[in-house]
Amino acid sequence: MKQNKTRRSFLKNISLASMAALTATGCNMKELDEFFQRNFRTLSDKEKEDIIKNLEQKYKQKYNKEFQVSAQPAMEQVEFAYALDLSRCVGCRKCVYACVDENNQSRSPQIHWIQVLQMEKEKGIDFAHSDVHYNPEKVPEKGHFYLPVACQQCRTPQCTTVCPVKATWQEPDGIVVIDYNWCIGCRYCMAACPYGARHFNWGEPEVPEEELNTDVHYLGNRPRVKGVVEKCTFCIQRVRKGKYPSCVEICPVGARKFGNLLDPESEIRYILENKRVLVLKEELNTQPRFYYFFGV
Amino acid sequence: MNFIRFINGSIKLILKGSNAYYAWLFFLIVLVVWGAFGYADQLNEGLITTNMRDSVSWAFYIGNFTFLVGIAAAAIMLVIPAYIYNWKPIKEIVIFGELLAVCAVIMCIAFIVVDIGNPLRFWHMLPLVGTMNFPYSMLSWDFFFLLAYLIINLTVVTHLLYCIFYKKPYNKKMAQIIVLISIPMAVGIHTVTAFLYNALPARPFWNSALLAPRFLASAFCSGPAILIILFQILRKITKFEIQDKAIWTIAELMVYSMFIYLFFTIAELFKEFYSGTEHLLYWKYLLFGIGDSKEIVPYSWSSITMGFIAFVLFLIPKTRKNFVTLNIGAVLIYASVYVEKGIALIIPGFTPDVLGQIYVYTPSITEIRTAAMIFSLGFLLFTFLVKIAIAIVFENYRISDISKKEKHLIREIPTT
Repeated sequence: MKQNKTRRSFLKNISLASMAALTATGCNMKELDEFFQRNFRTLSDKEKEDIIKNLEQKYKQKYNKEFQVSAQPAMEQVEFAYALDLSRCVGCRKCVYACVDENNQSRSPQIHWIQVLQMEKEKGIDFAHSDVHYNPEKVPEKGHFYLPVACQQCRTPQCTTVCPVKATWQEPDGIVVIDYNWCIGCRYCMAACPYGARHFNWGEPEVPEEELNTDVHYLGNRPRVKGVVEKCTFCIQRVRKGKYPSCVEICPVGARKFGNLLDPESEIRYILENKRVLVLKEELNTQPRFYYFFGV
Repeated sequence: MNFIRFINGSIKLILKGSNAYYAWLFFLIVLVVWGAFGYADQLNEGLITTNMRDSVSWAFYIGNFTFLVGIAAAAIMLVIPAYIYNWKPIKEIVIFGELLAVCAVIMCIAFIVVDIGNPLRFWHMLPLVGTMNFPYSMLSWDFFFLLAYLIINLTVVTHLLYCIFYKKPYNKKMAQIIVLISIPMAVGIHTVTAFLYNALPARPFWNSALLAPRFLASAFCSGPAILIILFQILRKITKFEIQDKAIWTIAELMVYSMFIYLFFTIAELFKEFYSGTEHLLYWKYLLFGIGDSKEIVPYSWSSITMGFIAFVLFLIPKTRKNFVTLNIGAVLIYASVYVEKGIALIIPGFTPDVLGQIYVYTPSITEIRTAAMIFSLGFLLFTFLVKIAIAIVFENYRISDISKKEKHLIREIPTT
């Protein structure tokens, strides 16, 4: 009996001690909650609401700005797709930086969700002879064409299959998203992606406060932390509200087209019907929702 | 209670030793501390302290992981010849093989932990509390297999040592069954690890059916190499008896594996170079470099050279049966497979990257320090376990030894 008592008090002491240690290390209850937060897809609506409220508060403290965090789900009868006119693209990289601004990508270390490849006209689409670091006075350069690559939003994505923790998945409207609170940062998805569309936060991401976009989606452009993977989401925070992705809006030559595949009147359906399209690395059977075509 | 005494006795064992033993421990601890400070930087600043980037998103850590899975697998597969040839010291061989496997698996898991961006979220990978992506993700398969393998081997070896320690007869049937299960498991962990890379169509360098067989063959070269050297040391400093013939048989088995490995590699190279598709690029990067990017070439050729010399030394009966040349060969093949798995397997998979860009990767000092930390911790653990096993198996260290001392202590306490 006596021994039992001491054991119990020992247990009590040890739990008190660990609690004290936790508070001493500055671990408040909210952080603990965040640590134990479950996979986004297993949360109830109420839980999501609470988490988003906490997140808005946290961002306010951290960045001194009012954030609107949305968790708007996919709309019914919508499947997004993208088409890019290779004959128009001039390789100006305006889309790259519009994307960085819209989606709060880290400026240092630099993360770009869109990579623009400069290719030789003679070789056609040949990655081995392409250059992502082209830097002339003026684009387009003679004898070259440009191929911007971002997430291809595959119908059979490899990246989601390999994720050991189900932290990334395909939404009903076709967008492949990541739960940044669940990603363990193993980077298996990056090894699996044939398009280099996934990017890792190798260091603590830095975005100047005045350049932060405060209109964010939980599964999209909200500020990230170091050690997680991120990727293009077709600007989920915009397209689910009926807007175009920011790369589509910024493109000065109108090379970028976007729309709902399930809407027979959409521009994307017009392109599929009237132009001849291609997808990248079709031999891998990833079945992208991102098409390339030659408009002129 | 009995088990606590067993643990107590084991702890007493590892605290005592010769000067050479303390020097060895000191050396390892210095390395651990030096490495730990490097790892602390990585924890603070993120994986940016490594040389990995988006293009080469896995590198030295995951290579070390792969290498150690091979060691863990081979340590147990060595039990097969012990059974087939009915070597006398089979129990001893099993015990030391399992200890090596246990340490190697723990190091494997450590390399995964240091490689991930959010080590605190490791629990997301567990079943029930997390959302394990089983059976789809090969990484969850791998983790699951490694954990099972660790538990199986740890159980058997602890049971054996515990029983000897208490002079109890061990459960022979159970031990035998578990050892027999752990043999296919050993093949399993390495196959699953190969499948981890193999099943990625985005990476043509790994997307070859020969990858898993090549993994097994190379593991059968590097794993026994450690044991050959360990058995000779044990034979010298303890009562461990193993005949020269047994060691030569292991060496002979290693020659077969080396030959099979060579054959598989040549088959792979022939297919790639003769067909000369765009997939050849990765092999070109590995063996000759592309353009001015030749940083990885010395690694690959040193691995090839060391492997080839070891093959010749093991192949010629005269040098195989000479312990000096045999040991040189064992060290060379170990180093060769280490460089092959650590660098030559992973880096060309990512260079050029999926969009054809070349990012030149070589390990950063943080990566080397972190790896040094894990390796020295692993060696430390292995030293301790081997020391306990030697005392219990060969030096008749028994429960009676500590009980006597305890009585002795009790008598002493009132006087001091």
